[in-house]
Amino acid sequence: MLQDKDRIFTNIYGLKDKSLKGAMARGNWDGTKQLIEKGRDWIINEIKASGLRGRGGAGFPTGLKWSFMPKESDGRPHYLVVNADESEPGTCKDRDIMRHDPHTLIEGCVIASFAMAANTAYIYIRGEYMREREALQAAIDECYDAGLLGKNNKNGWDIDIYLHHGAGAYICGEETALLESLEGKKGQPRLKPPFPANMGLYGCPTTVNNVESIAVTPTILRRGAGWFSSIGRPNNVGTKLFMISGHVNRPCTVEEEMGITFRELIDRHAGGIRGGWDNLLAVIPGGASCPVVKAEDIIDCPMDFDGLRAVGSSFGTAGAIVMDKSTDIIKAIARISAFFKHESCGQCTPCREGTGWMWRVLERMARGNAQKREIDMLFQVTKQVEGHTICALGDAAAWPVQGLIRNFRPEIEKRIDAYTHSAMDHGAVLEAAE
Amino acid sequence: MSVRRLAEDTVQPSTFAFTAENVAWAETTIKKYPEGRQQSAVIPLLMRAQEQDGWVTRAAIESIADMLDMPYIRVLEVATFYTQFQLKPVGTRAHVQVCGTTPCMLRGAEELMKVCKRKIAGEPFALNAEGTLSWEEVECQGACVNAPMVMIFKDSYEDLTPEQLEIIIDRFEAGDGANVRPGPQIDRVFSAPEGGLTSLTDAQPAPAKRVSAKPAASAEAAVSVPPSNAAKPKTAADETNPAVKSPANGKTALPADDPLAKPVKAAVAAASTKPSLDDKSRPKGVDRPETPDDLKLISGVGPKIEGILHEIGIFTYVQIATWKKAEREWVDGYLNFKGRIDREDWVKQAKALAKGGEAEYIKVFGKKPR
Repeated sequence: MLQDKDRIFTNIYGLKDKSLKGAMARGNWDGTKQLIEKGRDWIINEIKASGLRGRGGAGFPTGLKWSFMPKESDGRPHYLVVNADESEPGTCKDRDIMRHDPHTLIEGCVIASFAMAANTAYIYIRGEYMREREALQAAIDECYDAGLLGKNNKNGWDIDIYLHHGAGAYICGEETALLESLEGKKGQPRLKPPFPANMGLYGCPTTVNNVESIAVTPTILRRGAGWFSSIGRPNNVGTKLFMISGHVNRPCTVEEEMGITFRELIDRHAGGIRGGWDNLLAVIPGGASCPVVKAEDIIDCPMDFDGLRAVGSSFGTAGAIVMDKSTDIIKAIARISAFFKHESCGQCTPCREGTGWMWRVLERMARGNAQKREIDMLFQVTKQVEGHTICALGDAAAWPVQGLIRNFRPEIEKRIDAYTHSAMDHGAVLEAAE
Repeated sequence: MSVRRLAEDTVQPSTFAFTAENVAWAETTIKKYPEGRQQSAVIPLLMRAQEQDGWVTRAAIESIADMLDMPYIRVLEVATFYTQFQLKPVGTRAHVQVCGTTPCMLRGAEELMKVCKRKIAGEPFALNAEGTLSWEEVECQGACVNAPMVMIFKDSYEDLTPEQLEIIIDRFEAGDGANVRPGPQIDRVFSAPEGGLTSLTDAQPAPAKRVSAKPAASAEAAVSVPPSNAAKPKTAADETNPAVKSPANGKTALPADDPLAKPVKAAVAAASTKPSLDDKSRPKGVDRPETPDDLKLISGVGPKIEGILHEIGIFTYVQIATWKKAEREWVDGYLNFKGRIDREDWVKQAKALAKGGEAEYIKVFGKKPR
């Protein structure tokens, strides 16, 4: 179990002093100048050595991402953009970082900007987080007043941090859509290449990182890559904010070590499954875009990138949505399909048309008003959406449906049988096939 | 994607103007973006217009387009793409946004929507009879561990029951919305588990101690924090016990290349020979001078070693030139150099460099430094 002294976010619940002074007393902003004096290469190598993988869902190594930025500027400015457009259902960690522990993020922005030779950082926060935006802006203002940000600041690297917000579009969590949105356009993802490290915001080299990835870097540099990489399993190291929602006794957000088993995580922090472990039906382990995993597969599964890949799902953002046996699993997945249908940006045809099609079929299946052969057809359509779109939203919409069919096919068939049977009782199938 | 259109012309006001305060705010907002990139400010400006008028009007869209020097269609695109913009008038006292996505649905968001249908209007976006209330179902609001929740204007009301939502709606309808406590409506602090903390229970965790960031130091840290056992299956089976001798070779079953064993051993070795920073034979350091000498000119000092020397306060040739034997040994041990400082005679090199720079060095050693 992770001990309190190894927790990076020491004020995640907002119970302690949130001001700059309070944050400094907890160890933030300690020796930032000295870290910067060690140089760009040292920082990037240390982050690489720490094995930190991006906390936004894809798990791309953060140090490697930083090293893609051009070493010397060709005259264009460099930008750091922090992705705080947290909209994945089941995910609410960045919210707590920004409203309760904002100085971890701001200090991380200074260090990351220095490592990538950026003098400007934009934090793109989702539009619905209005109070969080106010809290973060207050913290930024405090840092300007204390001379930690701006020109000729105490840290020896000129940096301006600006807060920008969206207006309710899940797709803007995709990095190129986020850049489009930040440029004042519709959030429709760009084709890659060129990658943002070459042509990003305003056509300049840009790196987009998740809030949590940036916020953990100062502590990693202070305590050393060895400390961070000693927590967890190889290739899946460090601490992570887990969010436990759904049918548990006490839903919460908590920082734990990577690779903690699902059972330990739930028993220790969430007060167990509602109705006991025998009542667990399934879990969506990493936010809505991850395939659902059956109870028997997840109970003793280590919660990290490789552990969840082994059970046919993915770690995502570590937002576990727990469902007990009272759940109508088909309806729950149909609701996720409705979400993706609502949030598709409409740029690529497979996703624009496919998300709506999958949702309509699932709604019928949730009632049982379908043919069994349509289950295979639905699976085939998910395969045609997956991988045929510019961004990963098409994949994200397809995976939950695939997970449902893989794990709960008998449930769907049972529903269809029950519907057909009750229709026959009335003497005839009353509803015409669509 | 959702299809969204502007409101009927009959409800559209003919003009729009920001208040003086908002005009000043808009000017500072536009300055956040580089010159010529004022288009970036379109979302914040539209949002501010919505906050001012309650919804986004056609006049506001056109006025903001003029302010930002954008074609009308580009602002119209943005206003219809982003679903947080209300394109029709909503309730003046409250517009209740119920999150209906799966995590909230699992904990009873459907019941909340029934309350809205009963108390406000049968259809989303429809106003109640007085025009004071409206509601809609929104996608994930990012408060999943506090499900189910609703958002009214800027605040979220979390961990709701249908009864509590009825009370909240009543209070907003009575114009008392500002006095409703936002956040969790049960006995719970933000996203912490109900009924007491399970982490961060230490009274005041000591600030993370800063370890000087030399590679050896990170190994040291690895010792103090043993690798996690979280992922390991808990079993009493004999074959998983490292102490049990394997029948195959009669040796301990712990393999030599056990990833856990190595760093610990290496770190212990490093820790045992490494002299302490408080040792009295540590050479005196100085504050960083304005122009530190280029220590890399000394044969045997590279950029990395120079960095370490800087850390312990060594910046000039004169400092190195005065090192006595004990000090040389201390630095040697600190850098884990096994006598290289004496072998390469850093002191003599530093003396020459201190006396006459590169020219003197060539005179003494017959070659250019480095």
